[in-house]
Amino acid sequence: MSVASPLSGAAAIAGIGATEFSKDSGRSELQLACEAVLAAVADAGLKPSDVDGLVTFTAETNGEIHVARNTGIGELKFFSRIGYGGGAACGTLQQAAMAVATGVAEVVVCYRAFNERSGERYGLGQANRPMDTSADRAAYAWMTPFGLSTPAQWVAMFARRYMHEYGATSEDFGRVAVVDRKHAAVNPAAWFYQRPITLEEHQASRWIAEPLHLLDCCQETDGGQALVVVSAERARDLPHAPAIIRAAAQGSGKDQHMMTSYYRPSISGIPEMGLVGRQLYAQSGLGPDDIDAAILYDHFTPLVLPQLEELGFCATGEAKDFIADGNLELGGRLPCNTHGGQLGEAYLHGMNGVAEAVRLVRGTSVNQPDDVRNVIVTAGTGVPTSGLVLGVDE
Amino acid sequence: MSASYEDRLLAFVGREINPLKPGQDPVNVPMIRHWVEAMEDDNPIHLDEEAARATGRDGVVAPASMAQAWVMRGYAATMAPKDGGGPADELWALLAEGGYTSVVATDSEFEFHRELVPGDHVGMREVVESISPEKSTGLGAGRFVTTLKTYQDQNGEVVATQRWRTLRFKPKEKPAEQLAEKAAEEPAEKAEPKALRPRPAINRDNSFWFEAAREHRLLIQRCASCGTLRHPPGPCCPECGSFEWDTVRASGDGHVYSFVVNHHPRHPAFEFPMIVAVVELAEGTRLITNLVGVTPEEVEIDMPVVLDWVDADPELSLPVFRPVAQEGH
Repeated sequence: MSVASPLSGAAAIAGIGATEFSKDSGRSELQLACEAVLAAVADAGLKPSDVDGLVTFTAETNGEIHVARNTGIGELKFFSRIGYGGGAACGTLQQAAMAVATGVAEVVVCYRAFNERSGERYGLGQANRPMDTSADRAAYAWMTPFGLSTPAQWVAMFARRYMHEYGATSEDFGRVAVVDRKHAAVNPAAWFYQRPITLEEHQASRWIAEPLHLLDCCQETDGGQALVVVSAERARDLPHAPAIIRAAAQGSGKDQHMMTSYYRPSISGIPEMGLVGRQLYAQSGLGPDDIDAAILYDHFTPLVLPQLEELGFCATGEAKDFIADGNLELGGRLPCNTHGGQLGEAYLHGMNGVAEAVRLVRGTSVNQPDDVRNVIVTAGTGVPTSGLVLGVDE
Repeated sequence: MSASYEDRLLAFVGREINPLKPGQDPVNVPMIRHWVEAMEDDNPIHLDEEAARATGRDGVVAPASMAQAWVMRGYAATMAPKDGGGPADELWALLAEGGYTSVVATDSEFEFHRELVPGDHVGMREVVESISPEKSTGLGAGRFVTTLKTYQDQNGEVVATQRWRTLRFKPKEKPAEQLAEKAAEEPAEKAEPKALRPRPAINRDNSFWFEAAREHRLLIQRCASCGTLRHPPGPCCPECGSFEWDTVRASGDGHVYSFVVNHHPRHPAFEFPMIVAVVELAEGTRLITNLVGVTPEEVEIDMPVVLDWVDADPELSLPVFRPVAQEGH
């Protein structure tokens, strides 16, 4: 393969750690963050005092200093945050990889922890949030007075248009949920462990925001997830086989809005994900044919379809056929969300998906496909987003 | 039976229910004088020739919103018309047949094309634009009847148009004693005001739009340098970088680009299921809005829609859209 970017192969994910995934953790968000960070550092075979960088989301309530102080990390040379909700997930790993590749830091932990089910639930939407005059808040003025306030509703607007343009149906969306829940059913860490669903159950589930049924919407979760990034060279000396960061990219499209980019010439694609995909392939020298498994952000089923198209796994408008043909199953062309996704395992703003990609590269997923060399991971859709390609050490 | 009633009702859509008829008197200073006194309108251009000329006019002009007054037929003729039996009366009779015996005016949207001066002789014709499906309202089940009144001068020139909407409703039947009982049982519930819609966060970049909306004007921001229209608005033109902008008023025509039917969660300001749509305006920009006068089952992408307004509460008026009435239904 021809590698075009100095970032490609410079860093690796050497440790992953998480709390249990629940609906009511019974402890503070900061405790969840500390537990996840310490578990990831231990998994990497390192000590907290080895860590000199922390990266998280702007949405995170647990500041770097609180995590560092409580876990004994001590001094920090690098700390950085990424905005735009779940779109930040892979972006945190990009920050860490860049810091490690440039020598700014040596051991960077990316983390996300919240009581998103027992505390502040994102699914309830923005209707009654406090007002201010910032551009971010004013952007909601075009939606919430009209009753368009929740992530499900925002996604439903894209979904309806996608159905209209490509003839996709609610069942096509449902197949994403069914395969996620099938994978979750054998994952003991998943909230929906041993609870698969059928397409009929998907169709019978109540409307949330037409055309989205309840089972098109991911769950809400209490929990924490952390990942440790070091140089590829250092990773080779640590206990686990490194998950090499072959590529890491962010993308924000033209005329980008938060979940409501309804003003572009077409709204049936995800141009910011296309931008991420093109960078991932250019950085890594890989193409869609080189990707053996995928972790696709699945807060809501409909936006999994255009991701497959934007990333080049099928032609525009043909994701419904790609999915119906069983390509996302184990043994299919592109085993997808082998942990159960956010629909099945947990909603950790995409960070649990990055951890699953690490397990796929290590060969330790509960749903391990044969011969995985490269895994693509995506972050939140409908927002400025990010992506990764993780690969086995060559 | 209900289907045939619906057909008979919708046959009025597009029909002229009041043919062009000149007002009883031409535009004249005495009537202007009475009107401005009653309205406490002290703008001198209506009575003072010199003051009117100082503004560049040829002489005094009638207040714009008197357009309606020039064609009113007077109290006696309204209460005991001698010339019954026109299409308007047929429509009101048909509505009464359906139980819609009460009426309340809900809104009136004027567009003025030129100022009227003494000597002008104004006439008016009225055409039915739409008749909504039955809606449940606070007053009772009813139908919104929207008409377009066109005001013309003696030369046939259109001087003003008025979109006029009334709610024709079935008054709620409540015997007095039952009403008193109910009031005694649940005074708190009856007194409870409906929750307000979520407030828009207003700042220097978007306040003009919401202020215009309160006056039932749907504006689109326009770059003053390159003319590009943009929505949602912002301080800077993405096409040419100019910070100079003005606005144009939307024609109000558009079509459904996409839509959602909300079920959960249920914000207390709204009734569910509710329709939220992205409407593409004839001018090319899109906006998030609500659809009214249509059921979720009836909405389709590409459906032509026309601007309407909802006065959600005293501080918040928002543009909404209703289906364009189909001819020959």
